Amino acid sequence: MQKYKKFIKPIVYTITFIFFIIISYRSAKPRYKPEHFTDIFNDFSWLQNWPKWLDFPLMQPLNSGFDFLIVKYGLFFEGINNFLLGLYTTMKNSLVGLPWPIVIAIVIIITYFASGKKTNTTIMVAFCTFFLGFLSPRYWDKCIMTTCIVLIGMLMCIVIGIPVGIAMARNKRVRNALLPILDLMQTIPSFCYLIPGILLFGLGAVPAIIAIFVYAVPPLIRLTDLGIRLVDKEVIEASEAFGASKKQTLWGVQIPLALPNIMQGVNQCTMMSLAMVVIASMIGTRGIGDEVLLGLQQLNVGMATEAGIAIVLLAIIFDRITQSYGEKIQERIQVKKKVDL
Amino acid sequence: MTKIEIKNVYKIFGDQPSKVLPMVQDGATKEEILEKTGHTVGLDNVSLSIEEGETFVCMGLSGSGKSTLIRHINRLIDPTAGDVLVEGTNVMDLDQKKLIEFRRHKMSMVFQRFGLFPHKTVIENVGYGLEVQGQKPEERNKVAMEKIEAVGLTGFEHQYPNQLSGGMQQRVGLARALATNTDIMLMDEAFSALDPLIRSDMQKQLIELQSKLKKTIVFITHDLDESLKLGDHIGILNHGKLVQVGTPIDIIMKPADDYVAAFVKDVNRAKVIKAKIIMRPVNSSDDIDKSNLVKVHEDQFIDEFLPKVVCSNANCEIVDKEGNTKGYLTEKELSKALTKEHMVNAVKSVQ
Repeated sequence: MQKYKKFIKPIVYTITFIFFIIISYRSAKPRYKPEHFTDIFNDFSWLQNWPKWLDFPLMQPLNSGFDFLIVKYGLFFEGINNFLLGLYTTMKNSLVGLPWPIVIAIVIIITYFASGKKTNTTIMVAFCTFFLGFLSPRYWDKCIMTTCIVLIGMLMCIVIGIPVGIAMARNKRVRNALLPILDLMQTIPSFCYLIPGILLFGLGAVPAIIAIFVYAVPPLIRLTDLGIRLVDKEVIEASEAFGASKKQTLWGVQIPLALPNIMQGVNQCTMMSLAMVVIASMIGTRGIGDEVLLGLQQLNVGMATEAGIAIVLLAIIFDRITQSYGEKIQERIQVKKKVDL
Repeated sequence: MTKIEIKNVYKIFGDQPSKVLPMVQDGATKEEILEKTGHTVGLDNVSLSIEEGETFVCMGLSGSGKSTLIRHINRLIDPTAGDVLVEGTNVMDLDQKKLIEFRRHKMSMVFQRFGLFPHKTVIENVGYGLEVQGQKPEERNKVAMEKIEAVGLTGFEHQYPNQLSGGMQQRVGLARALATNTDIMLMDEAFSALDPLIRSDMQKQLIELQSKLKKTIVFITHDLDESLKLGDHIGILNHGKLVQVGTPIDIIMKPADDYVAAFVKDVNRAKVIKAKIIMRPVNSSDDIDKSNLVKVHEDQFIDEFLPKVVCSNANCEIVDKEGNTKGYLTEKELSKALTKEHMVNAVKSVQ
């Protein structure tokens, strides 16, 4: 039995492959097929150009599956839609309603404490925030919309991404199952899920949030997984040797020590979210991204660049806040390394 | 009383250890197993028993399985076959919950590279064992402060481990192991990462602590001098097999095989052998010249009294604490104890 074990996988693959070919042959239109399938072995002209009967029928089932999803689970998607939209509108309205100096003050306070009371970072972030409106008064409200979308997207990423990353680090099977999915999420062109997003959630902020989630969660999951697996084995052994349960080891040792990596993931997450916001403006999401789009449509290079700068400033603000928070944690864990340098 | 008993423990690393086990039990060597199956033999039929209150040193070169062995005692590693008994309880029979309780209350561990939590301060590190037991911060800080004081780190309790030197970090490790007040302490190459001066300092500190606390200590090391200094009994591992178990003197005077002989050939025997071991008892000392005698206490090491003997060209009179004569020593015994002749032969045969 042991001997034949290594043959099992190749056999399964071969059978699946043959099965796929049979399906493609059967589902091909009769006019593309030779009159009788034995002709394939007599007339080899099909080896020259890719024959039309060798066509795996993926489009049809996907379409019908998608239709089924909309009809059967429409209510479910509407629920998600209403929830996210409600969250977005409340957040946006309250921020837009505030006088702009107060918003800047809030950003300053958040930066000051997140960065461990570093004045340089705080001043820089304050300037960037001021420049958002300073570039063009129109941008202020639009930047707030974008920020709200990014924040909600990030919140989703964190709530789902970090637990998934932890599960991946602790279980090899989960990791093997999830890695290809993460690859898929990162490589599939964003329009492939933006457009279906519109069909499921309608135009506006919600498909953008979903797109942000799909696009930005993989690095967070990967870095969480990596961070937890990189925790020194002896430290984990020490915690186990003193009788810590799995839960105590996870919360007391693994997560705190993985936190710099996790924060790096959150940082990556925000950067990718901002990149996605611009693309999402093409499906009608309002925000600073549509200014870029508008400028390009009118061939107004100045306008597009101005809006582009606003996005960069927004990115700097997000980056500094998340980055400096991560650094603060890292400093404590690796004091010695810094001294040695 | 036997505190820890290890019975016929095998550990094989690889994908299917249980299938390789019969081969190992039939006596195949480590190399054969690795070549044929790709499995690594960690421990090969190890049995030993450790008495209560003694320091048992487990010695071997790297890769001999000593770190694997110590991790079997608190089951950080599960054996492929065999039993580990601590105070009569079979550790292998414990379920997850009981195992956690067992680790919390029965034994503590000190690690080679310290294994301190870099995100916790010294006092939090020391109190960790109590923290996982669920003790309140005030209680555990009180105990932790006592232990920090015991290892001489007062004043550093709110520093982070990375701010301390290696020696100080290992003191934290030691204090952490003492804090849970367990009977058994496992020390996995605890002093190997320290430089020689600090190491001997730590050894001294451990001996002092041990004379007060009388814990059962299992100490892993690859350093023979260290094992002779600390151990009441020494077990020597080679390629996962236990080659010899005995007192330090046994190991030096009667090495069981060439491997042990090669190990002990460079040891400074004058520093390990006590006068009472090699003396001639009073009743067979008639032919000794007793005109010129130096008084030597029976527990003194040879190197402590040798200069005096050589200078005065005298024989020794061995006395116990009360001053009663126990025996005599002449140049003949001393030279016999200090020459390595039979060891030289053994080493030659290895080469």
